[in-house]
Amino acid sequence: MSRTISQYLVHIILIVGVLLMVVPIWIIFASSTHDNGTILSQGMQWGLGDQFIENYDRVLNQKGGFSQEITASSMLINSFIMAFGIATLTVLTSLMSAYTIVYFRFKLAVPIFWIIFLTLLVPLELRIMPSYQVVSNLGLVNTYTGLILPLSASAIATFFFRQFYKSVPDELLEAAKLDGANSWKFFIDFLVPLSKTMIAAMFIFMFVYGYNQYLWPLIMTTDEKYWTVVMGMKTIFMSWGVERFSYIILSMIPPVLVVIFLQRWFIQGLFQTK
Amino acid sequence: MSFLELKNITKVYPNGTKAINETSLNIEYGEFMVFVGPSGCGKSTLLRMIAGLEDITEGEIDLDGKTINKIDPSERDVAMVFQNYALYPHMNVYKNLSYGLKNRGESKENIDNKVKEVAELLEIKEYLQRKPAQLSGGQRQRVAMGRAIVRNPKVFLFDEPLSNLDAKLRGQVRIEIKKLQQSMNVTSVFVTHDQVEAMTLGDRLAVINNGVIEQLGTPIEVYEKPASKFVGEFIGSPQMNFVNGAINNNNFESSSFKLNKDLNIDNASVVLGFRAEDLNLKEEGEISLTIDIIEKLGSDSIIYGRDKDGQSICYKESGNTKLEVGEIINISLDVDAVHIFDEKTGKRLN
Ligand SMILES: Nc1ncnc2c1ncn2[C@@H]1O[C@H](COP(=O)(O)OP(=O)(O)OP(=O)(O)O)[C@@H](O)[C@H]1O
Ligand SMILES: [Mg+2]
Repeated sequence: MSRTISQYLVHIILIVGVLLMVVPIWIIFASSTHDNGTILSQGMQWGLGDQFIENYDRVLNQKGGFSQEITASSMLINSFIMAFGIATLTVLTSLMSAYTIVYFRFKLAVPIFWIIFLTLLVPLELRIMPSYQVVSNLGLVNTYTGLILPLSASAIATFFFRQFYKSVPDELLEAAKLDGANSWKFFIDFLVPLSKTMIAAMFIFMFVYGYNQYLWPLIMTTDEKYWTVVMGMKTIFMSWGVERFSYIILSMIPPVLVVIFLQRWFIQGLFQTK
Repeated sequence: MSFLELKNITKVYPNGTKAINETSLNIEYGEFMVFVGPSGCGKSTLLRMIAGLEDITEGEIDLDGKTINKIDPSERDVAMVFQNYALYPHMNVYKNLSYGLKNRGESKENIDNKVKEVAELLEIKEYLQRKPAQLSGGQRQRVAMGRAIVRNPKVFLFDEPLSNLDAKLRGQVRIEIKKLQQSMNVTSVFVTHDQVEAMTLGDRLAVINNGVIEQLGTPIEVYEKPASKFVGEFIGSPQMNFVNGAINNNNFESSSFKLNKDLNIDNASVVLGFRAEDLNLKEEGEISLTIDIIEKLGSDSIIYGRDKDGQSICYKESGNTKLEVGEIINISLDVDAVHIFDEKTGKRLN
């Protein structure tokens, strides 16, 4: 008896939680399908309207910005490229640097690890001027490389992979050595497949991190061609009407897609004990 | 020249631990050599130096006429079975077995034949597609063996491969390993601290203590003529009995009894060693024993007691004994089976 009651209770709490998450998104979505007049006169809407296609079409293709060059769809693409690049490069660099730190026991491995770890204390926002200087000296202003490169190393990810590698038993390396695996093969044939779930988890984190960047792309891109979705939001709240809702819904799609694709591994990665 | 020669091997770990001290050993082709000794004596270290997993601080290891000190582990042509098996967790059994062959660049067809053959031999054919996590302990052990066998190496190295199995399985696998080794005739080195494994598996034993080989010999030699008190104590169950005493005029004397045998040894302080099965119940026996504990094993009974000096002594009787705890018995010692060790150095004197 008491068991069913507590089960009900658990479910009620979960349902309330789900509603808290879903309802605002639903309201935004529902509102995004009405016309400007309805929103202005009656506020945000619970029910669906009939302007879905018109609104989304306009948002995706209407030119914005000062020079009227950028559209939401190209901003989406820019954001995707930036987030994807950051996530991919971060995963690669941190996998490899963790490998070096853990398996190549040179004298400076520990100090180097702590130096990497210290960079956590210096986020991009803090070093934004010198970073800009470097990137602009390299001639990378207004390029994807310039958007991606300064964000493509992560102490947190290095730390995660290091902890994981340290938990890999030494015998595995020894057995692999006897089986003729050199250090590159051990990395590719053992560590990478064994950390597959962590790679997925890190990829998602870093994708969202890159996707949400605001200050860096703002400083980096004087050319509107390189604007990202998050930067575009500002423009939208200033000038557009109901399209802002469509825009918000659209901007959520890329991270959601990445999560959906990698979800199975991601969850395993979060709860991985061994 | 022997197939595998260890010449004056010393191993000092970076932290200063001297794990192996100037040890030499020759192992013949097809021989089954067992390293046995207490925990921390350096057995694994010696084995791992043969495998190439530890650097050799000093000395030289020759395999099949070639010095292998500087040769990469994978090129030494040795295969190792680890205590925890070290199977590749993300690969199925087939890939576990074939990984080494693939790295050697053998053809797919060749690999397939070899893997199938070994899987057949070890009866793991049904599991080829499974991951190690989906296997029982015994099955994993087989896969680990298979991974060593499939490469057809010059030497098998085993580091306590049976210690994670339950007692019954351990006995079975022990016999299987012996059979396999005999039929394949591959030189093998087997590390264990279990003396039953050591006695039953080895063509020869190297009893290791504190980084040196205390005795090298066939299991029976080691059992019947232990070279030191340490070896006598370590090999044999129940443990060898020891009584302190002295040699006077070629005869052994302790404070509670005297042996009537001309031992032909100079006067010295010694330790007398004798095994539980070399004692016999006798009215006129020279040792009188107050029984403390009786262990009935079915086939034998092991009787633990104290002599007049309070020295504990253990005596073994076959079958189910009728003796009882608290009883005082007289036992006599088979004087031809005694071992005399120097009290200070522990070396055998007779
Ligand atoms: N990597 C290492 N660094 C420093 N000392 C070590 C290292 N490995 C082993 N030792 C030391 O060397 C000695 C021998 O160790 P070894 O592992 O060879 O013992 P063992 O005979 O295999 O023992 P066991 O039966 O417990 O496995 C021990 O004193 C151990 O503490
Ligand atoms: Mg060991």
